[in-house]
Amino acid sequence: MFGRPLLRFVRKDTHINFMRGRFAGLITSAVLSLASLGLFFYPGLTLGLDFRGGIVVEAKTPDNADFARLRHALASSGVEHASIQTFGSDKDVLIRLDTAAGQKTEAVVDTVRHAINEAQPGATVIRADAVGASVSAELFRNGILALVLSLGMILIYIWVRFEWEFALSAVITLVLDLTKTVGFLVVTGFEFDLVMVAAILTILGYSTNDKVVVYDRVRENLRKYRTMPLRELLDLSINETLNRTLGTSSTVFLATLPLALFGGATLSGFAWTMLFGIVVGTSSSIFIAAPLLLFMGEKRLRRGASTPS
Amino acid sequence: MYYSRLKMALVLGVCLAGLLLCLPNGLRKPVPSIPWRQVHLGLDLRGGSYLLMQIDLKSLTHDRLQALADNMRSTLLQAQLGYRNITVDTDKSAVTFTPRVPSETEADLAVLRKMPQAAPHEFTVTAGPNGTIALTLSPEAMEARARSAIAQSIEIVRRRIDGTGAIDPEITRQGDDRIVVELPGVSDPERIKNLLGTTAKMTFRLVDANPMHASAPPPGVTLLPMYDSNDSTTLPVYDHVDVDGTSLTNAAATIDSDSGGWAVAFSLDSTGAHAFSDITRAHVGERFAIVLDNKVVEAAVIRGPITGGNGQITGGFNKDSATNLALMLNAGALPAPLTVVEQRTIGPSLGAASIRAGMFSLATGFVLVIVFMALFYGRFGWYANIALLANLVLMMAILSLFEATLTLPGMAGMLLTLGMAVDANILINERIREEVARGRSPLNAMQVGFERATSTIVDSNATALLAHVMLFVFGTGPVKGFALTITIGIVTTLFTTLFLSRLLMVRWYALTRPASLPV
Repeated sequence: MFGRPLLRFVRKDTHINFMRGRFAGLITSAVLSLASLGLFFYPGLTLGLDFRGGIVVEAKTPDNADFARLRHALASSGVEHASIQTFGSDKDVLIRLDTAAGQKTEAVVDTVRHAINEAQPGATVIRADAVGASVSAELFRNGILALVLSLGMILIYIWVRFEWEFALSAVITLVLDLTKTVGFLVVTGFEFDLVMVAAILTILGYSTNDKVVVYDRVRENLRKYRTMPLRELLDLSINETLNRTLGTSSTVFLATLPLALFGGATLSGFAWTMLFGIVVGTSSSIFIAAPLLLFMGEKRLRRGASTPS
Repeated sequence: MYYSRLKMALVLGVCLAGLLLCLPNGLRKPVPSIPWRQVHLGLDLRGGSYLLMQIDLKSLTHDRLQALADNMRSTLLQAQLGYRNITVDTDKSAVTFTPRVPSETEADLAVLRKMPQAAPHEFTVTAGPNGTIALTLSPEAMEARARSAIAQSIEIVRRRIDGTGAIDPEITRQGDDRIVVELPGVSDPERIKNLLGTTAKMTFRLVDANPMHASAPPPGVTLLPMYDSNDSTTLPVYDHVDVDGTSLTNAAATIDSDSGGWAVAFSLDSTGAHAFSDITRAHVGERFAIVLDNKVVEAAVIRGPITGGNGQITGGFNKDSATNLALMLNAGALPAPLTVVEQRTIGPSLGAASIRAGMFSLATGFVLVIVFMALFYGRFGWYANIALLANLVLMMAILSLFEATLTLPGMAGMLLTLGMAVDANILINERIREEVARGRSPLNAMQVGFERATSTIVDSNATALLAHVMLFVFGTGPVKGFALTITIGIVTTLFTTLFLSRLLMVRWYALTRPASLPV
C-alpha cells in the first residue's frame, strides 16, 4: 500500500475495441436524449422556489402536525391554496404557496408564520423563504445565461487549443449530456433551482475535462502515428487513457457520494444529480465524443496535409 | 526534475503560510502573533435572514417631477403668467401644461428655462406640437439621482438596522436598484422588514379649509388618507411642503403629558424652526398637517406661533410604533420606497445541522479519496494524498485571507475539488506508468511523465476554470459561493499537484535512487 499499487482498473496491454460500439453508443444516447427532451415538455421540470417564485416555510411543531388546524388558521388569515405536508418526521411541516403576480410575497410570509404559531403554539420556524415573481424570472434568466455562456466558452477554448472537429463534437456531446441530466431531474422529481444550475454546470465542467484528456491523447497520437487510421487511433487513445478516466471518475464519485447520503435535504438532490452526471460524462467521452470525432474527422484529420499543429 | 533549494523553500513556505492563515478558524480568541482573518459562515450555516430589497426608482422620478411642478407654479405666478392643466407624467418623466393664451408661450419658455436646476442640464423645457409646454428630465440626471438614491438608501438602511441592535448586519448594493441586507442570527425579520418598508418621509403642510374642496380638491391640493388605519376619512392637504423631514434634528418616543398616550417629540434645525414659526404665525386658526408617507398622522389647529422648533406628534401611537417612528425619523427618510422582493430565513437549528452534515460529508469524502489513492497508486498515491491535504489547507487559507463567506454549497464545492484534485496526480502517475512500460529508465520516465502530463493538466483545468468563472459572474447567492470555492480550488490544485506532489516524488527519487518506480 505504501510501495507498489495494490489495485488497478485495466491491465496495461488492454485493448478494447470501443469504436465497434460507436453506432450502439450514439443510438442509445440519442434515444435517451430524445426521451429526456420529451420528459422536459411533459411532465416537465419541477421548478424550485428560486425559479417559480412563491413561499416555502418549514416549521417544527411541538407535537404532531395538525393539518386541519393549520389549514384553518391559514384560511382565516386569508392564505388560500397552501400545500401542507410533512417531511422527515410528523413534526416537521412544510408549507408551500405559489403567489400570483403582483401579490406581496414578503408580506404573506409573515402571515404564514403567524398562522403556524396560532394553530400550534410553540412551533418554531426553521426556514422561511419568499421569492417575488420578478426576481424568480431574473434568476432563471441568469441561470440559463450562465449555462449558454459556459458552453460557448468551452467551445471556443477547445477550438483554439485543438481543431474545430474536436470543439464541435465536444459541445454536441455536452448538449447530449445536458439533456440527459434534465431527463434525470424530471424522472427523480428533484427541484430545479439555482443549486441545480450549479450542479449542471459542474457536470459540464467535469465532462469537458474528461473529453479534453482523451482529445489531448488523440492529438498526441495523431502526430506520433502518422499513418494509423483514425478509427484505430481513437481506440488506442481511449485505451491508453482508460485507467486515468476510470480513476478520476472514481475519486470524484467517491468524494460526492457522502454528500448524497448525508448532505441533508438541501444538498442531496444536488449530489445525486452530480453522481448521475459523472457516470454520463465519463461514458459519453468514450461512446459519444470519440465516435463523433471519428465521423467528423475521418476525412480531414487523416489527410497528410492537415495534421494538427 | 531539479528543484533548487530556493524553489523547495518557496513551495514549503507557501504551504506553511497556508497553515498559519488557517489557524484563526480553529481558535476562539485572537492571537496577536498571527494575522487574524477568519472564514465567515454563511447565513445558511449560522442561521439568519437575507432580504433583497428593490428601490422604487419610479417614485423617485415622480417626487422630483412633483417638486418641479410646484416650482413651475410659483415661477409662473411670480412672472404673472397663467397656466392650465399642469400634469405630471412619470412614464415620460415630464411635467406638461398649457399656457393661458398661446401668445405667452415664448415668455413661459424664457421664465421656465431660468428655473434653478438641481444638476447641470437636469431638464429641458420645450414647446409641444399641440400648444403645450413640457419640462422633461434628462436621462443622465435621472441616472445620477438614482445612483445617489441607492447610496443614500444603503446608508439609511444601515442606520435603521443599527438602531435595532442587530449584530453584524451586512448591507450591500446589488445591480442598479437593489440592496441586499443580511442579518445573521435574526430568525424573524418582521420588525426589520417593517422598518425598512417605511419610507418615513415626513412633511408639514397646510390643510385646505375650504369645505367645497373636501371632496373635489383643486389642482395643488390632494386628498390624503389618515395614518391611523381605523380612520377612513380623508383630508384635503396642499401639495406645497412648508417644512420637511430633512430639517429634523432629533426625534424620541415620549409620553404625551396631556393625554397620557405615546407620542414622538421632535426638534427642527434653525432653517426648519424658522420656516415653522413663519407658517404658524401667518396661519393661526388653520389646520397644519403632519404627513408621513402621504398619510396624515395629525392635523392640529394652529393656536399660536410655534417658535422654538420643538414639537410633538400624537396620532394614536403605542410604545412600539412610537419607538419605530422615532428610530426612522432619526435615521432619515428613504429617498424612495423599498420593497422586499426576496426573503430567506434560516433558523439556527437548521444551520447547525447543515454544518454537521457538511463537515461529515467532507471528512468521509476525504477519507474515501485517500484510501482509493493509496490502493490504486501506492507510494505516489500517498504523495498525492499529502498534496490533497495541503490543498484543503490552502483553500481554507485563501478563503480566510479574503474573509470569504463559506456556505453549504461552498462546502459542496470543496468536496468536489477534493475529488477533482487528484485527477492531476492520476494523470501524472498514469503517464509515468506508460513511459516505464515503454522501457524508459525511472528518471527518464518521471521526467517525460511530468512534461507530457502538464499540458493535459493545464488544458483540462482551464476549461473547468472557464465554466466556473462564468458561474461566479452570473450566479447569485448560493451559486456564487459554490463557484468561488471551486475556482479557488482549481488554483490551489494546480499548485499542490504541479509543485508539491511533484517535489515529494522528485525528492524521494533523489534520496533513494530506486532501480524501478512503484507504479
